[in-house]
Amino acid sequence: MAGGQVEKQVKYKSSVKDPGTPGFLRIKEGMLLFVPNDPKSESKLKMQTQNISGQKYTKEGSNKPPWLNLSNKQGRSHIFEFENYSDMHTCRDFINKALAKSEEEPKKPAVSSSAEKLSNAEFELRFKLLRENSELQRLHKQLVESKVLTEDEFWATRKKLLGKDSNRKSKQQVGLKSMMVSGIKPSTDGRTNRVTFNLTSEIIFQIFAEKPAVRQAFINYVPSKMTEKDFWTKYFRAEYLYSTKNTAVAAAEAAEDEQLAVFLKPDEILARETRQKIRRVDPSLDMEADRGEDYSHLKGHGIQRDGTNDVVEPQNGQFKRSLQQDLNRHSAVVLEGRNIDVDSEDTRLVAEALARAKQVSKADGESTKDANQERLARMSRAAEMEDLQAPQNFPLAPLSIKDPRDYFESQQGNVLNEPRGAGSLKRNVHEAYGLLRESILEIRTTGLSYPLIKPEVSLEVFSSLTRTISTAKNIIGKNPRESFLDRLPKSTKDEVLHHWTSIQELLRHFWSSYPITTTYLHTKVAKLKEAMSNTYSQLDAMKQSVQTDLRHQVSLLVRPMQQALDAAFQHHEADLQRRSAKSVGGGSG
Amino acid sequence: MIFKIEDVTVYFPYDNIYPEQYEYMVELKRALDAKGHCLLEMPTGTGKTIALLSLITSYRLSRPDSPIKLVYCTRTVHEMEKTLAELKLLHDYQVRHLGAQAKILAIGLSSRKNLCVNPKVVAAENRDSVDAACRKRTASWVRALSAENPNIELCNFFENYEKAAENALLPPGVYTLEDLRGFGKNRGWCPYFLARHMVQFANVIVYSYQYLLDPKVAGIISKELQKESVIVFDEAHNIDNVCIEALSVSVRRVTLEGANRNLNKIRQEIDRFKATDAGRLRAEYNRLVEGLALRGDISGGDQWLANPALPHDILKEAVPGNIRRAEHFVHVLRRLLQYLGGRLDTENVEKESPVSFVSSLNSQAGIEQKTLKFCYDRLHSLMLTLEITDTDEFLPIQTVCDFATLVGTYARGFSIIIEPYDERMPHIPDPILHLSCHDASLAIKPVFDRFQSVVITSGTLSPIDLYPRLLSFNPVVSRSFKMSMTRDCICPMVLTRGSDQLPVSTKFDMRSDPGVVRNYGKLLVEMVSIVPDGVVCFFVSYSYMDSIIATWKETGILDEITHQKLVFFETQDVVETTLALDNYRRACDCGRGAVFFSVARGKVAEGIDFDRHYGRLVIMYGVPFQYTLSKILLARLEYLRDTFQIKEGDFLNFDALRQAAQCVGRVIRSKADYGMMIFADKRYSRHDKRSKLPGWILSHLRDANLNLSTDMAIHIAREFLRKMAQPYDKTGGSVGKKTLLTQEDLEKMAESGVQDMVY
Repeated sequence: MAGGQVEKQVKYKSSVKDPGTPGFLRIKEGMLLFVPNDPKSESKLKMQTQNISGQKYTKEGSNKPPWLNLSNKQGRSHIFEFENYSDMHTCRDFINKALAKSEEEPKKPAVSSSAEKLSNAEFELRFKLLRENSELQRLHKQLVESKVLTEDEFWATRKKLLGKDSNRKSKQQVGLKSMMVSGIKPSTDGRTNRVTFNLTSEIIFQIFAEKPAVRQAFINYVPSKMTEKDFWTKYFRAEYLYSTKNTAVAAAEAAEDEQLAVFLKPDEILARETRQKIRRVDPSLDMEADRGEDYSHLKGHGIQRDGTNDVVEPQNGQFKRSLQQDLNRHSAVVLEGRNIDVDSEDTRLVAEALARAKQVSKADGESTKDANQERLARMSRAAEMEDLQAPQNFPLAPLSIKDPRDYFESQQGNVLNEPRGAGSLKRNVHEAYGLLRESILEIRTTGLSYPLIKPEVSLEVFSSLTRTISTAKNIIGKNPRESFLDRLPKSTKDEVLHHWTSIQELLRHFWSSYPITTTYLHTKVAKLKEAMSNTYSQLDAMKQSVQTDLRHQVSLLVRPMQQALDAAFQHHEADLQRRSAKSVGGGSG
Repeated sequence: MIFKIEDVTVYFPYDNIYPEQYEYMVELKRALDAKGHCLLEMPTGTGKTIALLSLITSYRLSRPDSPIKLVYCTRTVHEMEKTLAELKLLHDYQVRHLGAQAKILAIGLSSRKNLCVNPKVVAAENRDSVDAACRKRTASWVRALSAENPNIELCNFFENYEKAAENALLPPGVYTLEDLRGFGKNRGWCPYFLARHMVQFANVIVYSYQYLLDPKVAGIISKELQKESVIVFDEAHNIDNVCIEALSVSVRRVTLEGANRNLNKIRQEIDRFKATDAGRLRAEYNRLVEGLALRGDISGGDQWLANPALPHDILKEAVPGNIRRAEHFVHVLRRLLQYLGGRLDTENVEKESPVSFVSSLNSQAGIEQKTLKFCYDRLHSLMLTLEITDTDEFLPIQTVCDFATLVGTYARGFSIIIEPYDERMPHIPDPILHLSCHDASLAIKPVFDRFQSVVITSGTLSPIDLYPRLLSFNPVVSRSFKMSMTRDCICPMVLTRGSDQLPVSTKFDMRSDPGVVRNYGKLLVEMVSIVPDGVVCFFVSYSYMDSIIATWKETGILDEITHQKLVFFETQDVVETTLALDNYRRACDCGRGAVFFSVARGKVAEGIDFDRHYGRLVIMYGVPFQYTLSKILLARLEYLRDTFQIKEGDFLNFDALRQAAQCVGRVIRSKADYGMMIFADKRYSRHDKRSKLPGWILSHLRDANLNLSTDMAIHIAREFLRKMAQPYDKTGGSVGKKTLLTQEDLEKMAESGVQDMVY
């Protein structure tokens, strides 16, 4: 598809019965062109892709020829017969793409009641936002398209989203887990002394990132000197030696096996990096500068006091490595983030990409002038006392959390490591019901025979039902923090959440329209109230529709929403009464 | 803002001021007027440093006829940098308002390692090698030799500096170490020697405690400071320990072996000189006979540590006859080493007073007290005569001479303790001979005597009456300031039980109890899930931290913590710790949140701030008592009891609680800041411990928070964090007492003369 256009040999038919004119179909971005082979033919066609309103095509395998039927907005349809299916699919995909592209721009709202003219860019931004955020889209659809709110009212509360910053939001960098996965525990089969390590690409990434020496060794040794498997076996052998804390054995083994020694020796590359980093550290933190500042560091000066200095055997000191060091290193790597794009299973690729990334960051490190400047600026800022002077406005970095619930729920999930059995149980219940219904059907068709229901089926229904009920209770009892939402069926959950957001939106508009000073506000409030009462009844309906064992919980969820709505209704009524009383009073007085 | 305190116009670089800062300045001014010493305790996070700096600089401006010099001592280099950054801010402000007359010269002073710009010298890894590498290039005889031999490498920066001679001056301004290095690089002058030279001209000098308290250093650097200086010891709660350390020496077997090697080398050198240049040795002998001052003939480049004893204790007389000749001196040292070696062979712990040690030394090795006293100066002179530049090689013999001089000079306030092995590792023989100083007042006495005003200040000086006793001086002003809070922005709690109601403590018999370890872990797991940004944990020692972290790792508690936040550790490797801290800050900055595990009495607890989002919660695991079986500590306690009538238990409690307070006090930087402090040990609920906490913490420690279990603490923490997240009125005006004063407030106060508006 070079040059963003497709050209295919087709037959063009204006209707199904038309035998068709042979020619070329050329599809470019935004334009569709048919050039017949016979230049005299009148069936030339030129069409804007944005005018295409739909396309149909024949299925592969059906005995029809490969046809593509494009209908335009005026209701006319154009049929193209292709030579084969693959041609047709290419064209179809291309048109799809073009359609998707053109959809973005022209789908302007039919009516814009606002007095002010909005620029195209702003509309584009709104659509972009709607497209990115399905929840917002749904809300928009519900409120604006049902004319409860006008377009402008809807967006007025979301000015921040429309702000310039969100426009230029860059792609968020994907972070790493805080958990340390590289310290994996082996699994044993229990009978022999053999242990098995399961390595995933994530673990390998972490090992490489945290231990540059291992990475370098991998690049050097695999596959020229040893296989990948041997490499990792050696690595874990070294890790095992560390964990035994038996430095003498480690030293002995390292002396015998130079490749193993690579893993056991202190990491040279790391040490180099450290030396480099320490120069760029914030001077108000730099404890290294203190070293030797007083004379008590001289051997024999000062007081060797309490349990602060441990005795390290200098002989094998290099084979010691503490858990703390590992954790510090791990956290530092997590903080740096995943700085490579390679998402590959190939270990070697990952290793090389990491090595490259390091080189680049090193080169960046050379030009420390800016970093230095920044460091100094930061330091003088930190020296100031913030509340003794007028606040400074620092630029804010936009936090781009697409769906805050994802964040909080994943956090919650982390806290509770208990198996979440509800999901699988649900399936069991469904299965059981299915079985029950099946057997009822069976009874219907075959008539009542003995036994009424297969005993195993009934047992299963019974036991699984009791299990659900008891676990529901258990889970609720045990973990008040666990979101009940997670155990609702997906559709109900979505509905609840959607109601919640729409109610919030409605209420926000409702309360912001008080006091009612203009007729415009008056009609707006009326509309809002109607929409709210609709929602109210929907909530009621939803409460009724959920399964019995969940109903109590759902009603707990729904109650605050309804209370909020009630408060709004009350206010509305009171306001109406006051108004009418006033107007009556005004009339009489 | 600009306001008047009595007759002094104070230039303060902010629009508002805390009432306690104002009060602090008033007290400080009183002390300066009275030309006396003062002791001021003000809570951390109330801007002590800036209040102090702006008052003293303003005081200087208001008395142009008798300009005072400010010598500001910090404990660490990074605190020095912070102070200079604040001073820069202040200086800019004053210059903006007063023009050129407000210009001052302020420099930070540090060792060669932090100031050297010669890439070849600074590449050396530790301080002593840097010093030696510098001497190799700058010593007078090396430079003299290089005139004949062009192959001898010199330092261009030093040469340029020497060439510029008297013209090598720093223009007025505030110079951090970084600035000094930058200036030196630009001009091609050695920043180290330049800074040393500028000490006599500078209006403000910021340097480490050692430069005043350690006689070895103070003798060189601080001897030219005039009496009209104001000396400030900031963060001085540990000043007694610094004083004691400055005068303590210990000798191990390796020291003796090294010293023997040094003597061999010296012996060879003497022989070489005898053969080639016998005149030099003779000249030295003659000089010593005349009792010439030892340091009089030393040029700037040849600096050497001064005598370890205090200047007023050094006799001004000629070196005794039996060590005037170089060979004789070497013999004396040999005998001394032999005697010390014999003493180290002991099986039991021995404790002795210096007097009895000296007399047995005299009877067994035939070395008199007076000879001992002159050991250090004699060695110094000899090494200069022998033109030895690789001084870092000669540290062991220096240590031995230090020891000899100190033991020969002081009859009281010291004791000699010989331990055959480390108390905690009895199976490893590691004999050590300590000469440990018990009297903190010895080292600081010359400072009090020499300078008209010495200010000792810190966030924790409780009980404030103890410090004058420990340091034996009479302050004209001694005050402890309360913190006026706009809102209850600190929340101290004492956690005595875990969620399972079992008591938690680091008491020796309990600390390894799995239940305690688990409860400590669970506390952190719960806290990290509700506290935003940074959390700091302090343990009582490295070994305890090691073991508890290992257990947490095995039981999965550490994994649960890392679900929520990253973890960083203080280790004994300073570089590693520095990087960990840097990363910790970045993790807090980017919103990921982190936990920093640290050790009370460690380097981090001593000088790193965990203000604002860098520390919303500090957990102090256990009571950081000193290692009570340490012989040195026991000797010191005995001395304190006999001399000052301070009970052992009282002193231990006082010492542990000031450390704990120091650890937790690092969370607050200003009144807009907030933080929680958890003292996780049941012993904190006892009155004798708790009452030693500084007043500003105690006043926020409500009775209800004195005996909490984990779940209750969690509840309180949630409430507290929610409350702190709300916006509030910064001036605190609505409640009655103002916690933030503006220019008008101060003017009104000055008019009406009403002091009670503050507090």
